[in-house]
Amino acid sequence: MKYLCLVYLEADKMRAVPDTECKACGDGFRSRGVLVAAEALQPVETATTVRIRNGKLSVTDGPFAETKEQLAGFYLLEARDLNEAIQAAAKIPPAREGSIEVRPVRQLDA
Amino acid sequence: MPATDPVLEAVNQLYVGESRRVLATLIRLLGDFDAAEEAVSDAFRAALEVWPREGMPANPRAWLVSTGRFKAIDAMRRQKKFDQLDDASAAETIGVEDTMAWADAESVEDDRLRLIFTCCHPALAPDAQVALTLREVCGLGTEEIARAFLTPAPTLAQRIVRAKAKIRDAKIPYEVPARGDLPERLDTVLRVVYLVFNEGYAASAGASVTRHDLSSEAIRLGRLLVELLPDPETMGLLALMLLHESRRDARTSASGDLVLLEDQDRALWNRALIAEGVRLVEESLATQRFGPYAIQSAIAAVHAEAPSMDATDWNEVVGLYDVLLRMDPSPVIELNRAVALSMRDGPSAGLAAVDAILGRGELKEYRLAHAARADMLRRLGRASDARVAYERALKLTKQEPERRFLQRRIGEL
Repeated sequence: MKYLCLVYLEADKMRAVPDTECKACGDGFRSRGVLVAAEALQPVETATTVRIRNGKLSVTDGPFAETKEQLAGFYLLEARDLNEAIQAAAKIPPAREGSIEVRPVRQLDA
Repeated sequence: MPATDPVLEAVNQLYVGESRRVLATLIRLLGDFDAAEEAVSDAFRAALEVWPREGMPANPRAWLVSTGRFKAIDAMRRQKKFDQLDDASAAETIGVEDTMAWADAESVEDDRLRLIFTCCHPALAPDAQVALTLREVCGLGTEEIARAFLTPAPTLAQRIVRAKAKIRDAKIPYEVPARGDLPERLDTVLRVVYLVFNEGYAASAGASVTRHDLSSEAIRLGRLLVELLPDPETMGLLALMLLHESRRDARTSASGDLVLLEDQDRALWNRALIAEGVRLVEESLATQRFGPYAIQSAIAAVHAEAPSMDATDWNEVVGLYDVLLRMDPSPVIELNRAVALSMRDGPSAGLAAVDAILGRGELKEYRLAHAARADMLRRLGRASDARVAYERALKLTKQEPERRFLQRRIGEL
């Protein structure tokens, strides 16, 4: 099962965790064979939210919702079940500064 | 079929005694709550058809589990046909890994623990943990749970449906946590059990002080946990619940009014429950690995063994609260300590302690803090200050008998 671990941080903590530490975390996941993909994101000011409403494309500046924390990056991990995914997510360094949202990946029905 | 039919009676008894165990094992074999629930009903229905004709099997529970499993596989196959999928292998392999596991007593006992830990998984909302535990582990109906928690039944039902969907879609595993995770996960389980007990014992809202069914379900869960996982805190929680429960008959008057500890007729306390509770407290404390539940149960035991309010060992109670505060610093515990202090050293010592808590800005909206403060002021003869505090408590309480009690106290000033 794949789990997407979304890293949320407050704006002024975006650089609170050194990149080297995050790189080491990703390398660790990779060497254990659980990493599918991981990327850090640009700050929320660069975000665009895309919606289709009444058949029309709507493009708005900004993230999907106004929250204090913003999406700072993600890890797509392979885990046996939610417990394993939670254990892995807890090892993501920004877990201590912000929060990690763990979302199971859904298989498309197509 | 007449009600006295011995097979029917046996099936009924098995349903009451074993259906949750059968469910717990079928969830493991089938990997799905809904399929397992369906399979349990199918298995009991089949028992009603087959047993009168062929006689009771030697091991009815094993029969129910394997019948439920076959019924579920049949249902899966039919489903696959309807879905026009050519690959029936999923149905073929369902439960195959573990076909004989039900015969092994140890894994069946573990199934009940698996079910409890899954229902109380921290990834589920606390409300959902409680509802799911009462539904799946205790076998209460959705309507029953909704009534007990004064929640509309559709809300409660949806809570359960969502929780089951999350277990399935986020793949919450059906397992007893590994040793390293056990203390934390057990904490969640104990919190759920205690919450159910408290909801039954000191209903936070509504017309009646106690809702007995919830308390007895919580005690039943506590006994089950002690049987399956005799951890010092599990024993401590069961002891705590038994010792509270022992005072049930003395706690409310015939008219449903609240009777304070100091006014309770101690002859009404249930001595058998006290003896059982005290035994568990001692056993738990003897492990030297006890936690907050064991300490709280030790405090309850001091009260249970005291012949009267005045003859209570308040020094011991204050000391136990000190231990508890070191383990689990919380303003509510501090408040309880202040009350014990007012009994040991007099109301002005208690009042100073309560005012210190309120002075830090904590418990300002907590009705019991103001009620305790009011009582100390009353004992000090400061009637008008006491009235203000009682009225503050009255404004914050949602429970009818408590309201009546506070109004009575104001009237007596």
